[in-house]
Amino acid sequence: MADALLSGLRAYGLIAGMWIRSTMAYRASFVMTVLGNFAVTSFDFITILLMFSHVDALGGYTLGEIAFLYGASGTAFGLADLVMGSMNRLGRRVRDGTLDTLLVRPVPVLAQVAADQFALRRLGRITQGLLVFGYGVLVLDIEWTPLRVMLVPLMLLSGAAIFSALYVAGAAFQFWAQDASEVQNSFTYGGNTLLQYPPTLFAKDLVRGVTFVVPLAFVNWLPALYVLGRPYPLDLPQWLAFLPPVVAAVCCWLAALAWRVGLRSYRSTGS
Amino acid sequence: MDLAEGDFMDFIELDDVEKVFDVRRKTGRLRRGKHQVRAVDGISFRVARGEMVGYIGPNGAGKSTTIKMLTGILTPSGGRLRVAGIDPSRERTRLAKRIGVVFGQRTTLWWDLPLKDSYRLVHRMYRIPDKRFRENLDRCVELLDLAELLEVPVRQLSLGQRMRGDIAAALLHDPEVLYLDEPTIGLDVISKAKVRDFLRDLNTERATTVLLTTHDLTDIEQLCKRVMVIDHGRLMYDGALAGLHEVGESERTLVVDLECELPPIVLDSARTVKVEGPRQWLAFPASQSAAPLVAALADAYPLVDLSVREPDIEAVIAKMYAERPGM
Repeated sequence: MADALLSGLRAYGLIAGMWIRSTMAYRASFVMTVLGNFAVTSFDFITILLMFSHVDALGGYTLGEIAFLYGASGTAFGLADLVMGSMNRLGRRVRDGTLDTLLVRPVPVLAQVAADQFALRRLGRITQGLLVFGYGVLVLDIEWTPLRVMLVPLMLLSGAAIFSALYVAGAAFQFWAQDASEVQNSFTYGGNTLLQYPPTLFAKDLVRGVTFVVPLAFVNWLPALYVLGRPYPLDLPQWLAFLPPVVAAVCCWLAALAWRVGLRSYRSTGS
Repeated sequence: MDLAEGDFMDFIELDDVEKVFDVRRKTGRLRRGKHQVRAVDGISFRVARGEMVGYIGPNGAGKSTTIKMLTGILTPSGGRLRVAGIDPSRERTRLAKRIGVVFGQRTTLWWDLPLKDSYRLVHRMYRIPDKRFRENLDRCVELLDLAELLEVPVRQLSLGQRMRGDIAAALLHDPEVLYLDEPTIGLDVISKAKVRDFLRDLNTERATTVLLTTHDLTDIEQLCKRVMVIDHGRLMYDGALAGLHEVGESERTLVVDLECELPPIVLDSARTVKVEGPRQWLAFPASQSAAPLVAALADAYPLVDLSVREPDIEAVIAKMYAERPGM
């Protein structure tokens, strides 16, 4: 198990390195896409700024607080997208048969699929997320306690792990339904968009869904609201704010399980 | 480890191996019918270490499915399968270090990077000791004529160059068995010859076991003493190439150029199948020598030139299928 993990990480590094070299073969194009990526994600936050030129609060939250939520989710998602974003190409690989070439190599298939098309241009999204997050932290007057300080990196990393698990689970689903990458996108990209706004904007049932069913609320809502000193719209104990690492671990475990089942099914059905 | 049980001469063992697919087809707007396809339907064979075997059959016969089971990509639905004493589907990654695979139509080389970068990745991914890697690479570079190409991005290589590059990539870790899926597809005559020479050399010098699927029967004629024919998931023939002709009762053709146009030649030992001006085509059994026939012809007709054409194996196989109806 630990062996497979190490071998997977090593293979990921090797393959990602090859892709970085490949992109550097077109250096100008690389610079353009990084800038483009950064610009596109920036426009996204500009829409929120425009909204605030008309209103003072959104769902009871100030611009700074929304920047905090937005930046936390954006950074976590950006990290997951950088590391695991290629997983949604699995369906295509199954369809065109190129997955088979990965199966005859002595390294874990998951690492090979994840590292495929590794693109540093995705750093643009992380940069934008961190900038917005930093802006939020600066303008807000947060009462920083040691627990709150500790929770911030924990939140970002656990959030990235939760999004990564969604990428892997979505890819596993594509072993059966090869054109299901849109379903996965609705959870990853869609989830990210949802989390950028405060939970008070959404119906209680939706908030329940992303808390208990697909635990996206643990990416930023629960921990961020604790840091901001805001109540969570559902009546839940406060220690849940510290649960993201546990939730992330469970999600990763379930995703790994789904991946194994999916791969086994592929190998017995070949489609 | 059941090495003790496995006689090492039988490097690849298949006993009654089956692969059944459930195929779902849309039968209505939402309804889907299910039916089973037996892609491989009880195949048994043995391949000894160092053998070079041709594995042929029409499209959809079960060739690729067999190769995928041998490499551990697919899990068999039934039967027993061992490669070097390993069950491929259960120990896929362990087996991967001991086998080489070349998929003719899918390159594993890195499109935008110089060829040598792909080899460096293989070096590290398979954890090949430096010295052995250098030796193997040097050898492949020399025999496959790659020296000029190492610094060239793969996307700039011709199809034949890329295939040679792919074959080298599959051999750097010293695999004991090499699976080749259509290794000469789309290549020009010179590239084909290079690839064949290299494979022959590999097989004799390193005793690498080679299993090759192909549509180009010249590959088989020039490389393999043994050929297996598969169709509808079953082994139809397993033996020497020459024997395949007998099974299919194939015929050779004598092409005769006469001094002038004549009515069709009449001989006991051959039949005239085509006449075109002074040129005539005579068919005779492949098992029979051409010499007496030529002598008889020379006695009775004014010959200018003649040539013998070997039977087209594709036709032989087609004939073989035709003789086993109801499958």
